[in-house]
Amino acid sequence: MKRGERILLPLAFAGALLLLWSQWAKGGGGGVTDFPTPAETLRGFQHLLGTPPGEPAPLLLKHVVASLFRTTFGFLFAALLGIPLGLLLGMSARAHAALNWLVQFLRPISPIALIPISIMVFRGDDLRAVFLIFYAAFFPIAITTAAAASSVPPVYVRAGRNFGLKGLALVRQVIVPAALPQIVTSLRVAAGISWLVVVAAEMLGVQGGLGWLIIDARYQGARTDLIVGTILIIGVLGLGIDLLLRRLERHPRVSWSRHEHG
Amino acid sequence: MASSRIEVQGLSKSFARRGEARLPVLQSIDLQVEPGEFVCLLGPSGCGKSTFLSIVGGFETADAGSVSIDGAPVTGPDPRRILVFQEYGIFPWLSVEENLGFGLQSLVPAERARRVAHWVEAVGLGGFEKALPAALSGGMRQRVALARALAVEPEVLLMDEPLGALDSLTRQAMRAEVARLWRRLKPTVVFVTHDVDEAVLLADRVVVMSARPGRIVEIVPVAIPHPRRFGEPDYVTVKRRLYRLLGLSDEV
Ligand SMILES: Nc1ncnc2c1ncn2[C@@H]1O[C@H](COP(=O)(O)OP(=O)(O)OP(=O)(O)O)[C@@H](O)[C@H]1O
Ligand SMILES: [Mg+2]
Repeated sequence: MKRGERILLPLAFAGALLLLWSQWAKGGGGGVTDFPTPAETLRGFQHLLGTPPGEPAPLLLKHVVASLFRTTFGFLFAALLGIPLGLLLGMSARAHAALNWLVQFLRPISPIALIPISIMVFRGDDLRAVFLIFYAAFFPIAITTAAAASSVPPVYVRAGRNFGLKGLALVRQVIVPAALPQIVTSLRVAAGISWLVVVAAEMLGVQGGLGWLIIDARYQGARTDLIVGTILIIGVLGLGIDLLLRRLERHPRVSWSRHEHG
Repeated sequence: MASSRIEVQGLSKSFARRGEARLPVLQSIDLQVEPGEFVCLLGPSGCGKSTFLSIVGGFETADAGSVSIDGAPVTGPDPRRILVFQEYGIFPWLSVEENLGFGLQSLVPAERARRVAHWVEAVGLGGFEKALPAALSGGMRQRVALARALAVEPEVLLMDEPLGALDSLTRQAMRAEVARLWRRLKPTVVFVTHDVDEAVLLADRVVVMSARPGRIVEIVPVAIPHPRRFGEPDYVTVKRRLYRLLGLSDEV
């Protein structure tokens, strides 16, 4: 593919999509009442980006910050606890025997089901959302890390021990670097899940944030322009989060495994 | 480089099996390897050669018998005895340089860098210092493994078919490299191979093992001065003898 095509093709497709959307919305939205046209959505954006009287900053900013803040902390706690626990489960048969059943039991419970409990147990919307995101991100990270740590080829562990490493030094210099590509992939997956969960939590009880903004727009006289505008922003931010973690995957300490086998 | 005497006495090893009697793998092995000696282990597949090296390296324990190095019993792995594997022994996430320096972490950075630079040159990897193992050929990777082991100046080098994964041309070149490095540094070497020529070219003595459970059938001295050449009369004599001991025919 030529460079020009690489830029032109997505642009052309985006244009076509916009045109279709606009024609469809103008024609009554196929029965969906008040589905906004692209132009109306743009005005919705302007409204969201505008600073209401008496507020220090645009309406949107507060909610974007709230959602991102919650996601960041929930995700970071999940990584901070999930990686060490995963390493422990992957390396110690005893830890695995003691804890794996619990992990396997908790893992399939949807964090959405925990929203009421989170609201009852925790004070403050941020903490409630952070807990739910933590819960959602923790298991994929811990389980993938455990699998990665337990499948480190024994020859690397032997080589590490042969050069005098044991205990934490062996974990830090052999197990973690060998498992890192899979750990980072699990982080990327978990970040995606975190972003899905924060919006759901904010739509189902946690106050503030982009999910709440959607619900709020609905109650404010079904402002579909604001709803669609917010959805687009959620998409763009989700993409941004993914791109950030993709950069992590390109780090040489992570990308080596892709060169390794073919 | 200092070298050590390896003493193995009455070594036996078996492995537990599911629902069956234990699998005997090594039976009453007695072997002394003198300091600076190069011993090759030759024997059919599955006769316990790798298991033997693992035990001498301190990675596994014997059922019976003893292994000591310079009189001290082996209780675990130790940087003074380095085991080199056939493949995958080097860390794929570290560059050539980082692999070579892996065993040198106790040195001050300047000394470490100096030693790494020395070994990069010694095994002809100049220009590939920053490369990851995936970007190297099989022969180059094996040179990294060898240099990483030699860089810690081990007294004992245990090599488990270190050239087994190489094509025959690279293998011959690497074999010469091993012989050259050994003559220069004189560690005590136990070298496992399937290749009779390799054993005759490299070894001071060749230990011929039986099929599983592995016993020592005979220890054949190779009193041919280095550098050795294929096809000389002494060479052929030793090779014929090894073939006979292995129960192979020298005709095809
Ligand atoms: N950890 C283990 N558990 C159970 N059985 C084992 C273990 N390690 C080796 N064995 C068995 O012991 C026997 C000897 O294995 P070993 O790897 O020492 O043979 P080898 O002489 O090195 O063979 P090859 O020349 O094919 O490398 C084999 O039958 C193998 O299946
Ligand atoms: Mg073997």
